[in-house]
Amino acid sequence: MNSVLKNISWRSWRVWQRNFDVYKATWKVNFIPPILEPLLYLFAFGIGLGNLVQNVSVEGNTISYLRFIAPGLVATAIMNHGFFETTYASFVRMYFQRTFDAILSTPLMLEDVIFGEIIWGATKALMAGTIMLVIAVVWGLISWQAALIMVPISFLAGMTFSSLGMCFTAIVKDIEMFNFPVFLFITPMFLFSGVFFPISSLPLWAQYAAQALPLTFLVSVLRSLALGHFHQTHALELLWLAIIALICTYLSLVLMKKRILK
Amino acid sequence: MITDKIQQDIVKAQDLTKVFGQFRAVDNINFSVKKQECFGLLGPNGAGKTTTIRMVSCFLQPSSGSLEVLNKNTQEAARFIKRNIGICPQEDNLDPDLKVDDNLRVFARYFDIVGSQTNKRCEELLHFMGLYSKRKSRIEELSSGMKRRLIVARSLLNKPSLLILDEPTTGLDPQSRHQIWESLHQLKQEGATILITTHYMDEAAYLCDRLVIMDHGKIIVEGTPKGLIKEYIGPSVIEISSVDKDVETYLKAKNLVYEKSSTHFFIYGKSIAPLWPEITQKFGEESCVLRMANLEDVFLKLTGRELREV
Repeated sequence: MNSVLKNISWRSWRVWQRNFDVYKATWKVNFIPPILEPLLYLFAFGIGLGNLVQNVSVEGNTISYLRFIAPGLVATAIMNHGFFETTYASFVRMYFQRTFDAILSTPLMLEDVIFGEIIWGATKALMAGTIMLVIAVVWGLISWQAALIMVPISFLAGMTFSSLGMCFTAIVKDIEMFNFPVFLFITPMFLFSGVFFPISSLPLWAQYAAQALPLTFLVSVLRSLALGHFHQTHALELLWLAIIALICTYLSLVLMKKRILK
Repeated sequence: MITDKIQQDIVKAQDLTKVFGQFRAVDNINFSVKKQECFGLLGPNGAGKTTTIRMVSCFLQPSSGSLEVLNKNTQEAARFIKRNIGICPQEDNLDPDLKVDDNLRVFARYFDIVGSQTNKRCEELLHFMGLYSKRKSRIEELSSGMKRRLIVARSLLNKPSLLILDEPTTGLDPQSRHQIWESLHQLKQEGATILITTHYMDEAAYLCDRLVIMDHGKIIVEGTPKGLIKEYIGPSVIEISSVDKDVETYLKAKNLVYEKSSTHFFIYGKSIAPLWPEITQKFGEESCVLRMANLEDVFLKLTGRELREV
């Protein structure tokens, strides 16, 4: 266990810098999806579906459907951008471009590379979450005070989803195999973590199942914050996200060592 | 002082072994690379060359035996070793997301070469490898020869104490090969220590001060290119393009050292040149060739002529 952790160093930052340099070079293209995506969601679900579902009661408040789903959409953006960066994007760098191999012939160790990639994935999640929050604030769906608190949470949850993604990257044989975790984890989380409807409207067994999904905690925390609440259970939910991030980071390091160094 | 330097071991492998499952990729080998020499690892596909190189580069851990690079154990001091060596891998792993000069700049940053010195160092190397005019190009716009040269330039960023080249000219056209050879030759004259693997015997003969030939994970012979040719082949070789029984009977009667392929006889030995007139008379001048022995003869004699499908 120590051998994996002791090789993580500040040099992970160099990997982050590499990815950031590439991102900067094409930032105009990179910015378009995270801006358009939330607008499309808000338009489709908020305005389209919102005309059918007028008001939602949650935590004793009655709010518009648009206000109800806004924090959920922030959470979805965080999940998607964190997870997709360390799955598809990291896999391309590792497998097709051999970027990891090249970096390994420098003072960086594999642990630095993987940890740097995870932090980069969390950064992408942070950026996507922040863009989403700005739009939600401008739209008048979330107060700017609540949004400010959500920014650091975006990074924490970004770590959860990007380290989870890296675990899959360490084990898939080819890039098509990412369809499995997307189909088995990401899509169910998107649909059943309380983004579009309160979990309490699910049958009891499904409510329990939803409690095992990291996105459920994130949606729950962000929605309460948007309503101006923060309970003790939310501290626990954040702690749980952090624990999942730690476990997945450790696991991905072990699995990647097996994959790349044999 | 100079003799001291030359004696110093930059790489020292003792009983080095690497096992993958049941397969012994590297089987108990011993060798050392001295300071300021160019040391070659030769061998057919699957001989264990790349596995050896990957252990020296701290990519793979040895299964047993000891391996020291720059007087440090590769398992304990990987970071130190990697900071002080330069690696040219077999496959192209340039960063396609970055332009030519950014490839060098970002790579330099991994070595903590940052700030004003970086651009100077990168430009120096782009000039040295003849890539300065391509500095703003995308990687996909480069020819394979240019990519190779950029990889060599990249491996020199940290002024390495040991340069490791894994088949540096495989797949290149003759012009590109010679350009790389010239650069490596210049580096040698500046006192670089080089560990190189290659399939090209002319490359090994041109660059290597000393070399080993590996096969099936073992070192089968070690020496200087000239010494090996002298010891195993002699000064010259006669090739007869015939597989006739008569030829073989003649060679046996004369007690000559020869090898038979599916199309040719190869006659080796120290004193075969005087036999040349007799042989041409007997078997026809057009089907016989007398030439200087080369490293390829040594290689094929020691590792056999069969194809290696690994």
